[in-house]
This record gives sequence, structure tokens and C-alpha cells, in this order.
Amino acid sequence: MNEETLIPKLGVVTDIRIDTPDVKTFRVVGLDGKKVFEHIPGQCAMLSIPGVGEAMFSITSSPTNREFMEFSIKKCGCLTDWLHAMDVGQQITIRGPYGNGFPVETDLKGKDLLFIAGGIGLAPLRSVINYVRDNRANYGSIQIIYGSRSKEDLVDYQEILQEWMTDEGVEVNLTIDREQEGWDGHVGFVPNFVKELNPDLKKTVLMCGPPIMIKFTLAGLKELGFSETQVYTTMELRMKCGVGKCGRCNIGSKYVCKDGPVFRFDQLDELPNEY
Amino acid sequence: MKKLPLSQMPALYAAMAQGGALYLPVDNAAGDAQFTRWQEGMELSRALNTVRSAKDFFFPQTENLVSFRMQGKTIEIIDPRTEGEDFVLFGVRACDARSFTILDKVFLADPVDSYYKSRREHGTVVTLACTRPEETCFCQSFGIDPADPEGDAACWLTEDALYITARTAKGEALLARLDGLLEDADPAPVEAQKAQTAAILAKLPLAQFTTRSFGGDVLMKAFDSPKWASLSEACLGCGTCTFVCPTCQCYDIRDFDTGHGIQRYRCWDSCMYSDFTKMAHGNPRTSQLERFRQRFMHKLVYFPANNDGEYGCVGCGRCLAKCPISMNIVKVAKALEGDVHE
Amino acid sequence: MQSQLIERAKALLADGTVDRVLGWKAGEFAYDMTPALFSSAQELDEGFAYDAFCGANLSKYLVKESRKGGRVLAFLKPCDTYSMNQLLKEHRILRENVYLIGVPCQGKTDVETLRALGITSITAARQEGEDLVVETLYGQRRIPLAEAMAERCKACKGKKHMIYDERIGEEGELENPDRFGQVAALEAMSSEERFAFWRGELSRCIRCNACRNVCPACTCEQCVFDNPASGVDNKAAATSFEENMFHIIRAFHVAGRCTDCGECSRVCPQRIPLHLLNRKFIKDINTFYGEYQAGEEAEGRTPLTAYTEGDVEPSVVYTKGGND
Repeated sequence: MNEETLIPKLGVVTDIRIDTPDVKTFRVVGLDGKKVFEHIPGQCAMLSIPGVGEAMFSITSSPTNREFMEFSIKKCGCLTDWLHAMDVGQQITIRGPYGNGFPVETDLKGKDLLFIAGGIGLAPLRSVINYVRDNRANYGSIQIIYGSRSKEDLVDYQEILQEWMTDEGVEVNLTIDREQEGWDGHVGFVPNFVKELNPDLKKTVLMCGPPIMIKFTLAGLKELGFSETQVYTTMELRMKCGVGKCGRCNIGSKYVCKDGPVFRFDQLDELPNEY
Repeated sequence: MKKLPLSQMPALYAAMAQGGALYLPVDNAAGDAQFTRWQEGMELSRALNTVRSAKDFFFPQTENLVSFRMQGKTIEIIDPRTEGEDFVLFGVRACDARSFTILDKVFLADPVDSYYKSRREHGTVVTLACTRPEETCFCQSFGIDPADPEGDAACWLTEDALYITARTAKGEALLARLDGLLEDADPAPVEAQKAQTAAILAKLPLAQFTTRSFGGDVLMKAFDSPKWASLSEACLGCGTCTFVCPTCQCYDIRDFDTGHGIQRYRCWDSCMYSDFTKMAHGNPRTSQLERFRQRFMHKLVYFPANNDGEYGCVGCGRCLAKCPISMNIVKVAKALEGDVHE
Repeated sequence: MQSQLIERAKALLADGTVDRVLGWKAGEFAYDMTPALFSSAQELDEGFAYDAFCGANLSKYLVKESRKGGRVLAFLKPCDTYSMNQLLKEHRILRENVYLIGVPCQGKTDVETLRALGITSITAARQEGEDLVVETLYGQRRIPLAEAMAERCKACKGKKHMIYDERIGEEGELENPDRFGQVAALEAMSSEERFAFWRGELSRCIRCNACRNVCPACTCEQCVFDNPASGVDNKAAATSFEENMFHIIRAFHVAGRCTDCGECSRVCPQRIPLHLLNRKFIKDINTFYGEYQAGEEAEGRTPLTAYTEGDVEPSVVYTKGGND
């Protein structure tokens, strides 16, 4: 860990991909052209434009990517508006990595994995999905259930089509909220879709999405017979320091920035419902 | 144990200030004690304690973390720090001395906060035993003995002399510097003072107050108590309790445009404030009840759960004295006690 | 008096006039009353207090309470009724949901005032005739009540209630204290001296926002200082000048609406005489627009919100301010 946790490093944006009308994916490297730091899937980084703000974002690229880091960021506030308006070549500040990440080398190893994501919730899971795909022998089957408002709102759609769906042993199930022209896939909300697909109870679930989706999907999974110890999620709370000191992301005796952001639902059950 | 006659106090202050700074409680324009940089002629306040706690010296209300110079698409990062100044903090009470131990558990835990650490390293804490505790004092509930305070060095003021003893290597070094002023002393007057103070402590209205029923294992019981509603109903949502508290350590990080560049500074923040947990897309604590609960749950339950049972309170009584609506940790703990016991 | 208030509150709860009571609740010591709601006779018996330490102005709580459904009884001291009227004038309180009882007040003391007089370690206090008898850990202290009063009570506007549904006790008289002596003293200073005075006082500010949050005139849904979109939001002064601006801007925002209830100075943990900023505005409004007391009435226009041809021009304000 960087000794000066509150002093960031410099990064430069080398590529900006427009994912959806309100999500862009930014490719970031250090000024030396190399990765700024290594991370575990599910960890986060503090990105900032000095004078505009600093905020925590999931690192959406996989650690197996040796060249750069990527961040898929939804436009929803002052800093993200700024990030969306910037051009390639812009320097930003970056510090991290923060948080525990998904237990890809321990609890998830050898498991059949079910990823469930809604909207921008795919961002933190993409890191794990690509990590698992790149270390295929260490894991069982992979199923990805992903939904968004519309076809245009599916983050990483090109990567999903061209890489994930063509990958043998990866099952991808996409859904959008409402019928639309040019879409012949599934239509409906994620929680119902999960129930329809009736996934095997042996699977370990990694879930991320809007709170309402999480709530109903978890209930659906429980109905199907999944237990809370099988389901992981990653949380988002306001953070300032990223290292468990500023107090902002404190829930119960946990600090989401360092004890999380990845939690199993049985762990969340022991925390006050303040997230 | 060493001592020096009270007439020699100015010389002692001058010696302590040599090679750095000396801060001690001095009466301000409002007549309240305030840690002030010593200058010749200043006298130690007779007040029991300062309005602002001593945490300011290690965790100041505002502090520049890093500066940036922006040009076009490029950013320059500048660490604004210069080598800190050695300082002596004199006249710290036992409660505030313990608060440093609590702050250490936050700021010196991995990853170490280098800003705080540097100040801790530069500071020598000289405590002063209490002889006239007030009704709002309850440090004894946390195993603190105000008559025998912690610190790098500890002092006792009697009618005619200041007694001083070193407790750490830093304290030894300070005493070595003061050696010409000090003479060996019989500790009997100090022991007598301790006994006298102990007798007063036993009679304090909050002498029997305890937070022992709280801790990590009662987390949900305490959290779910119906009492929070009435306890928090008059809370103004101000930051007085937080800012006078010696152990409250939450902070915000903000950017300030100086016109020549950006200063990123941190400043004290309060979980009592409505924007404390507010994000672009929502706020997990929308009511004052939730924010109020967070502050007390943190001190009584969450902090001990993570720190071997140590509470986030030292019983200094500042919040009892200063809350605009007179709601405080004592009232909260007493009200909740029944609920966590069931 | 306390038992009279409790009995009346019980009766109004019992006959359904109100479903809860806003008053003061006794604490750990003799002086640490907390504003509180009581919804039963039992709660009133257990904790309701009314004595010389019940200084908190309860009117601002009615902004929220009057919107919670049902009807709330609030006890108001004479000076609190000015705040009440002002809040009604600004449409902040739903009048039909509150039942107001005017309670007499002989002036309030508070623990900070006693501490300033050197009386600390207070374990008990009682009124004996014209005296306040204070038991402390280090002996008994006796002090005339008039001396123990908070500064704001020494400049009391009078014991007459401006608004109530019913009143307990006799109708009081308006008084005409010298409220502006300290302001005049500040005006008499040179601008350098005055600047130094305020810089000194305001340098103690810790930006806890207690003054703002307690102020009955500060009822914005979101304060400009909390609003990231305002561009001036901050939690701590980034420069030493900002800490002054917070209070000066706040004084401007409440000008013409401040009733001089003195809560800002009462709650300030650093004992900054914030009320003097407001009193300066009140004095100037009196000078330039004619005598005006905010909160005397719940309706009507106010000097700073009503245009008349006789209004002073900004330039006149400038010259009359002694700057020519």
C-alpha cells in the first residue's frame, strides 16, 4: 500500500469508450505508460479531478489485463459530469486500490459461478468475469444474467457479444426492461428472469445492481433455495479517505471501504440496514 | 519525582518552549481556557479544562493534504508539507491524554495516517492532574484516573510547587532539558493530593455512571431500540458535540481553489450533518434520528467492537456542557441501558 | 408554575385538544433541560420541567411538528412568541396544528452564564425569593437572580406575549430596555478597532453551525452553506476570512426577520456574542425605516420587504452609516 494514502498518483486517460447514453469507460495508465497499481477483482480506486472532486469507483478491468485499468462510470454528479466531458490525454489523479475485493483465489475457486447484474452494476463484476475467464481452469461453469433498461443501456455490450457470448463454457442471459425494435432477446426485469432461468443451486452468486433489483433478486434466489452464504454483493457508500478513517462509510462495526465493498449476504444480515 | 517552586513557572515555560513551541491552556477573550502558543507573560488558565479539546494539535480542524497545479490537461501534484515543529503540549488533562490513545487506534492503524503520525512524533504531552473535577466529569467510568494522568510526563500543582514525573522516553528527554530548574522531590504531597481528589471523585454525580452494558455483542439490540426517536427528537443536527469531542475523528476531504491552484484539505466533519453520507444518487441516513444514532452507536458499540472493548469516549464532559439542547452520551447510555440488557 | 403547566397539558391531552406537548424535559443535573415531546400524563409527570433554566426557544420545532399530523401544544415564553409570529408570517408553521400557551417568564439563567460568574461544578439549584441558590461540589453559592440572568434576559423586550391561544399567569408588560448599548459601543470604535474586535471574537468559531441550526429565522430547506450547488458551501473555513463571512452573511440573511431572541449567543460553545451582529441590523432598521420589532405581528409587511417612496437609498444607508 502506498505510504501516503491521501496523496494520489497521476494517471492519464488513454481511451474513452461510449458504452451507453450515460456510461463511458475510461482507460487509465500511469504517466510511464504502465498500470498505476495492481488490484484484486472487486477493489476500487479513488479518482479525482482536482478542484472538481474525488470519488470512489470500481475498477472494471481485470487484473489479468497487464497494460491498463478501466473504469466504467455513469454520469450522475459533479465529478462524473466532468469526467464525461473530458478528452483523451487528460490527466487525472488516482489512488488505491481499496477494499477487500471478491475472494477469487479462495472461496470462489473451483465454484460454479452465477453473475447477476443490473445496469451499471455490471461494472464491478466485469473485473471478476474477465479474471475468471482468463483463469478458466480454476473455476467451474460461468453464467451471466444481465439486464438493463434498454439495449442501449447495456454496458459493455460489444464485449459481451464478441467475447463473452462466443466463449465456450460461458452462458450469457441478457434481458431488457421493455420491448424494443431490434431486440429479439428476453424482455423483463432481472429478478423474474433469474427465477425463470432457475439456476442450479450449486452455484455461487455474485450480484450487483440497483438496490431494488438486489432486494427482489435476493428474495427470488432464496425462494429457489439459495442460501445467503452463497450470494456476494458489492456495496457503494460515500467515501472520502478509502482507508477506514474518515468515518463516512461506517455501518455497524464495518467500514465499507476497507472491510468491503464485497460482502456476503449473511454478513450483511449482521449489519444495521443503513446502505 | 521532581519539583519546582511555582515562582519558577515562567522559567519552566520558557525552557519548555525552547527549540520549538509550547502550548498551554490560557484564558481567551471570552474567559474560557484555550490551548494557546505560549509567549512571555502568559499564565496557565485556572479553568478545569479547555472548550476545544487537545485533539487539535494532532488532528487539526483543517489541514492541507496536497496541492495541485493544473495546466491544460496536465496536473502537478505537490506535497505541501514541511518538516513539522517540535512542540510541548502542557496542561493536558487525563481525559484528553486518553483521547490520544483512542485517536492513535484510528490514525496509526494500518495504513498509517502520516500527517497525524508526524504531529504525534513532534509533540510531547505533559499532563496536569485534576484537583477540582466538575459535575460533568465521568472519566473514571473509562478507567481514567484524573489525579494520576497518562502522558509523556505528568504534573501535579500544589499550593507552592509543580511536581513532575516522566512516563515515557519523550518525557525523560523533556525532563533532562529542564534539569537545571528541577529538584528531586518527596512524592508525599502528590500522594496526598491524589487521595484528596479521589475523595471528590467518589462523590461526583456521575461517579457510578458506566457504559459497561454496551459493546459489539449488543449491536442490533442497541440499534433497534425504540428510544432513539425520543432521544434524538430535539437534536439540532449541529456539530457542537462532535467538534468539542476529543475522540470524534470523522473528516471530510475538500478542494479549495486558491486562484493559483487547488488545495486539497481535510476538515472535521460530523456524522450529525445531513450531507455526511449523501451520495449523488441517495442517502442511506435521511433522518436526524439515524444520524444521531450513528454518533452514539459508534462510540458505545462499533468502536469497542473493533478496539478490544475500548469506548469512543473519555468522559471529559464537554458535550454535556456544550450541547445546545443538553442531550449527550450520558443521557443516551442511561436511556438505552434497559434495552440492551433484556 | 411547573405543576400548573403540567395540569393544563394533561387536561388538553385528555380532552383531545392536542395529542402531544412540546416542552422542556429535566435532565441529569439541575440545569440541563432538553426540549421534548410528551404524549401522556405519565410522561409529563416523569419529566416535564419549567423553571429558570428552561431557556430554549421552542418555536422553531413547530416548523416540523406542525406538519406531522395531529395537534401539538407548545409552551412559549414571551420572547418565544415573537419568533412564533415571525415564523407564521413566513408561512413556516401551520397555525391550525399548534395550540399555544403563553407562559410567564421572570428571566432565564443558564449554566454558561453561571460559569462566567465563576460558579462551576453545579449539582443543584433553586430559587429562594429573589435569589438563586446554587449547590456546587465545592460549597453553596447564592446570587441575586437578576445578576444570574443571561445577557438576553437583561435586555428583555418585556413580559407580554405576542401570540397565544391561552395564557397562564397575568398579562405582562412591554419593557423598553437599552438593547443597543453594546452596539453603540462598537459603532463608536474606529473601523480598525471594530475589525479587530470581530476578527478576535469570530476567530474562536468552530463552525459547528449551532447558531444557525437553533435560529428560528434560519428555516431554509437547505442552507446556502450546505448546498454544493451554491459554490459557497463549506464545513470549515478554508481561509481565516471565511469564518467571518459565515456569520456576516447569516446576519444579512436574517436581517429584518431576527426577533433578537438571543438563541445564537446562548448556544455558541465558544461564547461569541453573535447577537450583536443582529442587533446592529435591528438598530439600523430602526434608524432608517422607523421603529420595527420583528415578530410583533404574524401578518403585514416588513421594512425590508415593503417598498415605499420614503425608503432610504443604498447610498443614503452608506452615508448615514458614518462612512462619509
